Amino acid sequence: MKIKANLISGRTADQGAHLEAKTHKGYFDACAYCELNSADLERLGASEGDSLKVTTEFGEVVVFAKANEGNPEGLAFIPMGPWANAVLSPDTHGCGMPGFKGVPAEIEVTDEKPLEMKALMRKYLED
Amino acid sequence: MPVIKDAVCSLCGSLCDDITVTVEDNKITKIENACILGQSKFVGMFKHDRIETPMIRKDGELVPVPYEEAIEAAAKILVNSRRTLSYGWCSTSCEAVSGAIQLAEETGSVIDSTANVCHGPTALAAQEKGAPSATLGEIKNRADVIIFWGCNPVHAHPRHMVRYSSFSKGLFTEKGRKGRKMIVVDVRKTDTAKLADSYIEIEQGSDLLLVTALRSIVNGHEDVIPETIAGVPKAEVLELAETLKNAKFVCIFFGMGVTQSRSKYKNGDAMSSLISDLNQHTKAVMIGMRGHYNVTGFGQVATWETGFPMAIDFSKGYPYYNPGETGANDLLVRGEPDAAIIAAADPGAHFPQKAIRHLAKIPVIQIDPYANPTTEIADVVIPSAIVGIEAEGTAYRMDAISLRMKKLIESKFKTDEEIVKDLTAKVRELKRGA
Repeated sequence: MKIKANLISGRTADQGAHLEAKTHKGYFDACAYCELNSADLERLGASEGDSLKVTTEFGEVVVFAKANEGNPEGLAFIPMGPWANAVLSPDTHGCGMPGFKGVPAEIEVTDEKPLEMKALMRKYLED
Repeated sequence: MPVIKDAVCSLCGSLCDDITVTVEDNKITKIENACILGQSKFVGMFKHDRIETPMIRKDGELVPVPYEEAIEAAAKILVNSRRTLSYGWCSTSCEAVSGAIQLAEETGSVIDSTANVCHGPTALAAQEKGAPSATLGEIKNRADVIIFWGCNPVHAHPRHMVRYSSFSKGLFTEKGRKGRKMIVVDVRKTDTAKLADSYIEIEQGSDLLLVTALRSIVNGHEDVIPETIAGVPKAEVLELAETLKNAKFVCIFFGMGVTQSRSKYKNGDAMSSLISDLNQHTKAVMIGMRGHYNVTGFGQVATWETGFPMAIDFSKGYPYYNPGETGANDLLVRGEPDAAIIAAADPGAHFPQKAIRHLAKIPVIQIDPYANPTTEIADVVIPSAIVGIEAEGTAYRMDAISLRMKKLIESKFKTDEEIVKDLTAKVRELKRGA
């Protein structure tokens, strides 16, 4: 089962508290997840902590599922960081700012596990 | 046991200047008044992954080298590059920014700040329409209506509401939160929205529609508003416009929800026009919720030194500025830079994949206290002292008020300012040799 979602990213307190500790597991825990509301998680057949694959026209990334009832249905949130940026839009529309909010995404449950920060960055060197 | 009062927290743009720090044996052992972000900053420096020595990538691995060797390698990269991107410089002092601009001029580089992925569109909007603003002190003392639009201070600026906005008590706002109306406009019910008197949930990417509708109403044209606009019922929009017009002093704090969503800088542009319209009825101001503690300072220093706040291209021999062309992400996505120097910022974590892919292909010099995703793709790494803890310097708060950051403890590391000076001297020496 796949769902379509509108993907945004943003700050969280945990992400901010790890701004200068990005090699730590705490940073991975603070950023490598995707928040959806419970109805969307149910449609996916996913529980909190399951792996989700998020795909956009710019790439794909595996992150953990998290519930947030503050999100309206169809709105997905990944904290700012390398996992979100693996799938957000590099297009700046001529004003310098990439598209960090409002990227159409497809989300599905996967058996794969999220890559840790260093492994994720190594992929850029190998590309 | 020295206790240092009124230290300035060098994490977010709130730049809280009331931190009490206890130092024992050159270590910070106690912090008072800081939020979770500040705590992590002050205490974390003894726990986080410090870059202990300069390094150069050899056969794919970063290998420790003496400081002079790293400076020479970095200077060679800069001298041999035809199109260098200098990026970041926002979690450091204005003095370091000034040095970085000089180095960019010397090397004909493009220099851009973290505003490129933050409030860059706000700077564009301010140039197009102006940014009617006030100090945070004015807001604290006078604002009776506070809007948080597309921002979430509970998470991103945790003490902002207590020190400067919704919960603070001031000269004419002695009732604090009870005497103020707090409104949140956002696409999801954030922890900030949960504290608001009213929460207006808009459809993601439709900020411009809502701002324009508010302008129409404030200007006496509510008849043109459809029954629902930006996902918000007309009655709610009318009520919001009424609240704004009848306020004594309005401040709209806005964040990435406004700058990163569809319409980008046009959202800030429209917001500025709304503020101007409101000033026909009452006093109204706007302030961008700046992220890095001195991103505002970069804009200030760059503007007084070059005429532009960011994305400044020195390749023509004079400062040239066009953010959609000379912004860090535009350059990288086009695959233009053949080298990059990155300081006090982390594009590895915060740039989209296409930009990082290009960074991974070119020589990258990193100057930073901590290892982070950018380190993984860097070729020369130079560790630096932490400004506001191990080095003093000037920073600008989000309302463009400058504050002096204190040095709290001794450090073995050179400051960003010193590193930039050494690099500039070495670049000049190599150029003379050539």
